[in-house]
Amino acid sequence: MKIYVCIKQVPDTTKVDIDPETMTLKRGGIDSKINPFDLYAIETAVKLKEAHAATVCAISMGPQQSEAAIRESYMLGVDEGVLLSDRNFAGADVLATSYALSQGILSLGMPDMIICGQQTTDGDTAQVGPEIAEFLDIPHVAWVRRIVDSDETGITVEMDMPETVEVVRISYPCLITVEKGVFQPRLPSFKLKMATRERPIRRLTLADLPDSEPLRYGLKGSPTQVIRVFPPQNSSQRETWNDSPEVLSEKLYSRLNELKFL
Amino acid sequence: MSSIKILPFSGQNIDELLALCPFNAIEKCGDGIDINAGCRMCRICLKRRPDIFVLAEHQPKATVNKSDWRGIAVYVEHFNSAIHPVSFELVGKARELADKTGQPVFCLLIGEQVKSLTAEILEYGVDKVYVYDRPELKHFKIEPYTAVFEDFINRVRPSGILVGGTSLGRSLAPRVAARFRTGLTADCTILDINENTDIDQIRPAYGGNIMAHIQTPNHRPQFATVRYKIFNAPARRQPTGTAEFCDIAPERLKSAIEILEIRPKEKVRSIEDAETIVVAGKGIKKEADLQMIYELADALDAMTAGTRPLIEQGWFDPRLQIGLSGRTVKPKLIITCGVSGSVQFAAGMQGAENIIAINNDPIAAIFNIAHSAVIGDIYQIVPALLGKIRRGASSQ
Ligand SMILES: Cc1cc2nc3c(=O)[nH]c(=O)nc-3n(C[C@H](O)[C@H](O)[C@H](O)COP(=O)(O)OP(=O)(O)OC[C@H]3O[C@@H](n4cnc5c(N)ncnc54)[C@H](O)[C@@H]3O)c2cc1C
Ligand SMILES: Nc1ncnc2c1ncn2[C@@H]1O[C@H](COP(=O)(O)O)[C@@H](O)[C@H]1O
Repeated sequence: MKIYVCIKQVPDTTKVDIDPETMTLKRGGIDSKINPFDLYAIETAVKLKEAHAATVCAISMGPQQSEAAIRESYMLGVDEGVLLSDRNFAGADVLATSYALSQGILSLGMPDMIICGQQTTDGDTAQVGPEIAEFLDIPHVAWVRRIVDSDETGITVEMDMPETVEVVRISYPCLITVEKGVFQPRLPSFKLKMATRERPIRRLTLADLPDSEPLRYGLKGSPTQVIRVFPPQNSSQRETWNDSPEVLSEKLYSRLNELKFL
Repeated sequence: MSSIKILPFSGQNIDELLALCPFNAIEKCGDGIDINAGCRMCRICLKRRPDIFVLAEHQPKATVNKSDWRGIAVYVEHFNSAIHPVSFELVGKARELADKTGQPVFCLLIGEQVKSLTAEILEYGVDKVYVYDRPELKHFKIEPYTAVFEDFINRVRPSGILVGGTSLGRSLAPRVAARFRTGLTADCTILDINENTDIDQIRPAYGGNIMAHIQTPNHRPQFATVRYKIFNAPARRQPTGTAEFCDIAPERLKSAIEILEIRPKEKVRSIEDAETIVVAGKGIKKEADLQMIYELADALDAMTAGTRPLIEQGWFDPRLQIGLSGRTVKPKLIITCGVSGSVQFAAGMQGAENIIAINNDPIAAIFNIAHSAVIGDIYQIVPALLGKIRRGASSQ
């Protein structure tokens, strides 16, 4: 059995801030790490590998530095790594990212299963998984909160729905996106770190993809365009209410109503 | 459409140029530099070094004919014969956008035996509801639902499509958007429209640290998802719209997914996941007084939590402690009652979107981080508030 897990290297969002004067992102020596949600996807893949003698391949689209994320995944039990990196992929939105990843997967050969994280902390859309599945023309189940069972032909999962939990069985090939809490991610193993030090990371560029039309990738292949970025309206606006209990409770009541908490 | 171009340069410290980009998207390439896949078009390099980085405009290859695409459509989500309230909120927003550009508002309703919902949705000022009612569509399954959505889009050709940002909507919308190779903007908090029917989509990015203004200028339909409780549902009125019942070939409704069981979801029990939290602090004199805190939490559908002294007294489960030695929370709303706001406590809740603090000490530290500083006695304010909530509920 072959499992791909899609992982992304993201900036540590707690450090991303915007300069109110220049209206641009402040550079605060941003550290990069594996998208925290993808650790759950890796853990799920590795758990399945332990149960079914599968091979797990991590695939990522991003700059050269993303190799660090793939290296880290090796320390968590991932067997192979592929980095899609090409300047033609720069500035990709969800559609162009998903398309590039799906093309990368096609060029490597269809696996039995693809596992994505629930969302990234930078893009934060939770859309890349379902879009990859569409481009590969395979079914997907998003928001998986538990793996119930799996065998050689398919997998049974709990899907988190707005009002309910649905237990569904989906046959391979398929894609799932997993929520936090599906498994507890393990810590990187020092032993694996040493053992995988020399393990190669395969690099794919545009020329390696079945569809190598540059207009379908990166910024040019992105239907959505960022017009501008700006700081959020000052939610740190402070107000002080000093009044009789009657007036205060009235004010609180209308505020809670206005904010739709009642 | 634009991208970043690098002008020829010489005698520059390359490392300094590499360091310009917060996303490490500028990389060394031979003797020069290049922009790699990490670029997020934040344009910081353009501002810092306009002598080297410039914006290159590209003419989009194929532009859609925008007049071929008309109307704003809303996907109507429902469960157990009840329409999810986010759908009404989206209809309200769709109406607003459509009115500005003189377009109609459509709804898409998919399911089995959903005819009764048709009448209800029309009362919210929808021009036309397209209904796909078939046994195969009883439960949400991705392939048939996508096929129906595709059929609807080809039939109606709406310019914009709004989908609720629920787990269902966020699974379905990307699938359909990808099928049409068009853009989808997730979790928009502000939507507006231009005369040329381009929708202005504004959403938080990078964990809410910045806002991004996004458009889909060369593709149709334009897709956006919006969470529950962002927009307002319109008032119900005499319906003027109509319903159209659509057929779809059953062979397009096949699925590789089999539903084995559906069960109601248990409530979230961890305060980290709670959207609303009411916190009790030492301002609460005795355990019995917690009753009013619980009542307030009930009314707000909130979870309760405590400061450390209350946990130590055994009034709360230790998992309900917020702070340095407790949990970190980031709810939409937190109301603290009789909490001083020590550094250790504040460390666990400063990220809350809205902090309302009630404390009778005007210089309590909690007021330094509160959005609404309510100076007063919890023993008077909370019961009075509860009274108003009860009256409000009974007058509805
Ligand atoms: C290493 C360390 C770790 C810690 N970790 C945590 C932690 O994780 N979480 C935590 O909570 N604490 C923690 N603490 C304890 C923390 O320092 C404070 O002691 C604690 O948070 C204070 O709780 P409080 O605000 O409820 O009580 P107090 O500080 O006693 O404040 C009570 C407040 O209620 C107000 N008040 C009183 N009566 C009324 C009334 N009738 N109406 C309105 N307001 C009223 C008072 O004005 C006062 O401001 C830690 C301490 C240490 C040293
Ligand atoms: N550039 C990328 N490379 C690999 N996987 C990605 C990339 N972007 C997103 N993903 C996957 O898609 C999931 C959802 O991402 P997003 O739609 O950006 O929130 C992530 O958790 C990853 O599993």
